[in-house]
Amino acid sequence: MSDTLTKLIFGRLTIESFPIHEPIIVMTFIAVAIGGAAVLAALTYFKLWGYLWKEWFTTVDHKKIGIMYMILGIVMLLRGFADAIMMRSQQAIAFGQNEGFLNAHHYDQVFTAHGVIMIFFVAMPFVTGLMNYIVPLQIGARDVSFPFLNNFSFWMTASGVVIVMASLFVGEFARTGWLAFAPLSGLDYSPDVGVDYYIWALQLAGVGTLLSGVNLIATIVKMRAPGMGLMKMPIFTWSALVTNILIVAAFPVLTAVLAMLSLDRYVGTNFFTNTLGGNPMMYVNMIWIWGHPEVYILVLPVFGVFSEVVSTFSSKRLFGYTSMVYALLVITILSYLVWLHHFFTMGSGASVNSFFGITTMIISIPTGAKIFNWLFTMYRGRIRYELPMMWAIAFMLTFTIGGMTGVLLAVPPADFVLHNSLFLVAHFHNVIIGAVVFGTFAGINYWFPKAFGFKLDRTWGLVSFWCWFVGFWVAFTPLYVLGLMGITRRLRHFDDPSLQIWFVIAAVGAAIIAVGIAAFLIQIAVSVLNRDKLRDVTGDPWDGRSLEWATSSPPPDYNFAFTPVVHDMDAWYDMKSHKYARPTEGFQPIHMPSNTWAGIVIAGVSTVFGLAMVWYIWWLAALSFVAVIGVAIFHTFNYKRDFHIPVEEVIETELRRTADLQAAGA
Amino acid sequence: MAGHAHHDAHAHGHGGHGDAPAHGSRREYVIGFLLSVVLTAIPFALVMTNAFADSRITAGIVMLCAIVQIVVHMIYFLHMNTKSENGWTLMALIFTAILVVIVLSGSLWVMYHMNLNMMPQMSGEMSTM
Repeated sequence: MSDTLTKLIFGRLTIESFPIHEPIIVMTFIAVAIGGAAVLAALTYFKLWGYLWKEWFTTVDHKKIGIMYMILGIVMLLRGFADAIMMRSQQAIAFGQNEGFLNAHHYDQVFTAHGVIMIFFVAMPFVTGLMNYIVPLQIGARDVSFPFLNNFSFWMTASGVVIVMASLFVGEFARTGWLAFAPLSGLDYSPDVGVDYYIWALQLAGVGTLLSGVNLIATIVKMRAPGMGLMKMPIFTWSALVTNILIVAAFPVLTAVLAMLSLDRYVGTNFFTNTLGGNPMMYVNMIWIWGHPEVYILVLPVFGVFSEVVSTFSSKRLFGYTSMVYALLVITILSYLVWLHHFFTMGSGASVNSFFGITTMIISIPTGAKIFNWLFTMYRGRIRYELPMMWAIAFMLTFTIGGMTGVLLAVPPADFVLHNSLFLVAHFHNVIIGAVVFGTFAGINYWFPKAFGFKLDRTWGLVSFWCWFVGFWVAFTPLYVLGLMGITRRLRHFDDPSLQIWFVIAAVGAAIIAVGIAAFLIQIAVSVLNRDKLRDVTGDPWDGRSLEWATSSPPPDYNFAFTPVVHDMDAWYDMKSHKYARPTEGFQPIHMPSNTWAGIVIAGVSTVFGLAMVWYIWWLAALSFVAVIGVAIFHTFNYKRDFHIPVEEVIETELRRTADLQAAGA
Repeated sequence: MAGHAHHDAHAHGHGGHGDAPAHGSRREYVIGFLLSVVLTAIPFALVMTNAFADSRITAGIVMLCAIVQIVVHMIYFLHMNTKSENGWTLMALIFTAILVVIVLSGSLWVMYHMNLNMMPQMSGEMSTM
């Protein structure tokens, strides 16, 4: 075959694109291939493909989609954490003569992949998954506003995951850091496929994030149960509302910045190049206009989780509900007024830096108000130290310290010393692990019985909790110390042997966290094995306060046989204290959306499009792009989008629930 | 499914929506169309005839026409008013406007200082370095 023809067919994909000279990657590939083959074989052997396709892949049920988001997040947490372990080990041993086990080319990909994966494909799926599962239940709805769109959003996120994972074994990932600052990410300095993988993974996943944001806003605005005014909404739903408003307002900025970067790379424009009028500083400016709201997109939903958890396990109404809501709204606006604090040192001068330093310090006021509200909720409450509550208390301790180091960084002169140091790395892990990760685990432990009908095992939960909590501090306190000594981030090798002990301690901390992750997986496995002992048939195992606890665990497909009517905040607590009697007759057939293949197919073809663009396989890119449009148009002609659950089935489900409740003595 | 109208095979188009927002009369569309045409024609005319010697005046008028054009589209084509969707439309608009103003004016302010401090050669101030 001639050279031109090969290029036409395969673009820049050649046999050299497969990193067979990297033993670490080859070993990983072999392990993944064997493991993957085993999973596929097991699925085939137990004939689970049909089940997976019918019940999960094509589902439009917000509960199943929420669970799939959580599984995606857990799987990617393992990948992102593998990167973290590699960095910690490399930095613990690479001193003096020892070069460590990662070369610079590989190390730069590892820290980039770690950041990208942990933010976009771990934290985002976790918060989206929690919102997807809980919000419709909390507002007494049967599903989200646009169930098909919800399925499609999930698969677009998964599509981004596939592209990031593909970069591990074919070609390479970006070596630019997680935000791919120009001009380093431009074609002049990153001519390889790494940045293209980065761009297309984020663009495809971004479609999913944006559409899921639109979907949840519409759901919360339009589908609340009768009587649930805005100020009677559960606080988690409030936090989900402002989070999704932030998503819809912020993600288009990321899309636009990445689109301009792709134009620079693909068609030779000069938005962010060093020459011909391009301005790389504009890239940094714009990506942080998205980037700062993004951290609030991650943290606000877990603030909502903690509010629910603290209130439930203190057996008290949330202290300062109104101030909580206003704090959320103030944070929403303020999160757009602080972006420059990420680049104080770029040189915008004293006046600009002072303004953004002050706005940054102001944002700690509403956040601090929330901390006090949680503390006052606990004050004089009957606190039950169940697992979610323990995560919530660990969060308050950890996050407050992380927040305070953040205020230190908000002082521009201090930032000139600390910028890009390990102090910064310690700070943002302190807030992201302390809030988002702890909040996710609080949420998983809190709502797992709702989703599956049995509680999670307490012993292994405690092991996981203590390992995470202690491991976090052992891993990141040394980084604070090193940062104050002036050590910068993303270094692969050190000359000063006196620093080594700190990195060794940090590596020990990472190892403790690894035990915490393992204990979490064991916790789930043990709970599944002991599910009959951990079973909860009441649907309300924690004496909950919001509407998701009013229905069975797991909830039926239709969530509520009758739409609940809300009279007060903490609707379910109000119903319980007024001796609410569950209706047992008068059921109607229930109108439901049908499953659809279109989401996974369109997202699958989009993945092909992304990969074709990465490798310059133009014919395939054009073909798959036309196919995406074609399938989407074809799907609009599908008129069989809904069905009715027959009334007999509703009666049968509800009778079973009545029997369960009687057996439980409720 | 409450709150979300599904299309059955027999209910195409907008007839099936009971609570859908008003779609405007022919009169509104004609007014909107004429206003858009006028607001497009003015900038073209100004630029093509070089009506003002000072190009900054031209640029200013073009920008003004563009802003009015946005408002015309929102009122006559998107049918936005203070009452649609219980005021959510207006609230979303105000929120969007606040963010757009923050982002645009903030970026201009930031980038002006960045260029002044960090890229003086681009402002023709090489001699001050």
